[in-house]
Amino acid sequence: MMTKARYERPLIKKLESNMPNKFGMRTEFEPVTQIDGVSVASLMADYGSPVFVLSEQKIRSKYKAARQAFETRYPRVQFAWSYKTNYLSAVCNVFHQEGSWAEVVSGFEYDKAIRHGVDGANIIFNGPDKTEADLRKAITNNSLIHIDHLDELYMIQEIARETKQKPKVAIRVNMDTGIYPMWDRFGFNYENGQAWDALNKIMFSGLLDLVGLHTHIGTFMLSPNAYAIAASKLANLAQRVQQKYGHEVKYIDMGGGFSSRNTLKGAYLPGTDTNPSIDDFAEAITSALMNSDYRPKTPPLLILETGRALIDEAGYLLGSVIANKRLSDGRRATVLDVGVNLLFTSFWYDHKITPAQEFTSYTEDTVLYGPLCMNIDVVRENISLPLLNKGDKIVIHHVGAYNMTQWMQFITLRPNVVMIDMDGKPHLIRKNESIDSIENLEEIPPHLSHFEL
Amino acid sequence: MKIRNNIAVSDNGFVFNPASGESFTVNQVGLDILNMLRKGEKQEAIVQELSEKYQADTAVIERDLLDFEAMVKQYHLHQNED
Repeated sequence: MMTKARYERPLIKKLESNMPNKFGMRTEFEPVTQIDGVSVASLMADYGSPVFVLSEQKIRSKYKAARQAFETRYPRVQFAWSYKTNYLSAVCNVFHQEGSWAEVVSGFEYDKAIRHGVDGANIIFNGPDKTEADLRKAITNNSLIHIDHLDELYMIQEIARETKQKPKVAIRVNMDTGIYPMWDRFGFNYENGQAWDALNKIMFSGLLDLVGLHTHIGTFMLSPNAYAIAASKLANLAQRVQQKYGHEVKYIDMGGGFSSRNTLKGAYLPGTDTNPSIDDFAEAITSALMNSDYRPKTPPLLILETGRALIDEAGYLLGSVIANKRLSDGRRATVLDVGVNLLFTSFWYDHKITPAQEFTSYTEDTVLYGPLCMNIDVVRENISLPLLNKGDKIVIHHVGAYNMTQWMQFITLRPNVVMIDMDGKPHLIRKNESIDSIENLEEIPPHLSHFEL
Repeated sequence: MKIRNNIAVSDNGFVFNPASGESFTVNQVGLDILNMLRKGEKQEAIVQELSEKYQADTAVIERDLLDFEAMVKQYHLHQNED
């Protein structure tokens, strides 16, 4: 019997040579059929579609590369895992196994770090919202409290006075580093003297142990030089404290905000080609610190709260094609079972998306929609993709940061999350939600428990 | 539907419309369909022929054919049926 040829849906595409268009060039040349040696098809068969997949191997290698970038340039370096970036326990523990402290921004995250077994002294407590109970706990545990505003400073002083404990504190400093927007909503401003004022208040009170200085200048930063400016300004504050009070701050915390390899919406070139590497950031920060006038007996510990740059590339979101449609203007639209409810970062990035099965050289300018019955659910507004059919599988890349914390239980339920270990074995690290996981939290008042239609 | 007589279709899927100066590419299945449309073949016959040549359900082929024909119309490559 004659075997039939492989079917590809018919395509007619207008040739527009030399005409720039927003769909850009073709970017996918090879299907992604496996992740760390595990086939995409088997992952989806075992754990469903959609499914988040994390590569333990990638997390560790990114962490090691980042540590090396800083440690080869500066003698004392400590990373603290930014919980808000991805606080799945398995993920946090990979970082803690590698030696990362915990960096938390809420009582919930603080408790999570404690549950993971992180010593209180290795928890950095950031953020504008720390309740009195949170602060009491953090003070008792000897955690490093980064003060965001004066109200918090006064509350800590009051607890210190009452409990006769000496809390370990730093202040968060915001500043002009030449980038826009300037993040001046967190911490105390450098240029207008707020930061210096807060440091004087701490030193004069004698109630608190000023151990560090902290800044976090922005997110998805594309300019390493901004970090150099920030490091110089923090070092300058440290030097002034040393000069005036003979007190040495033990650490400089440069926060996070390093860009990953994702491509920001509106960028002309892919992030993989244009975004600075971790070495660029390391060079800028460590040079600025070493070139500063701050000269304590031992160099201050350099703390980094890098999140996104360490986890983004370790995360994949696997999904399937639900349907193909044609829009009124002739554009191809493809509906996926993955939407903005799971892929929050599609509001910021043009995510790289690759089919997980063989395809031909033909591509189509496509709009990718998610499954939600909501107009905002657009995964990619313009992408040149090989021809996809209903049921085809796709891999969305660089989704490890923020999606598994900012995802929404909206319209659909959150899916399984799987981590592939160092030996290529997949483990379920977060079970998919069921209707019970949502409804168990609800209460129906007796008078609303029955109805007739 | 029939495509206009002056539309040039090469064997490797290059399509040229001399009236507008526009050119297009089609993949193999698209090329098969264009050639059958040129011969004036009807929808049912095209679906039948494609399902004999390719590994696909007739329902899928029919759906894709309708979509393809709509694009041919959108690009003004079809003959107006008066």
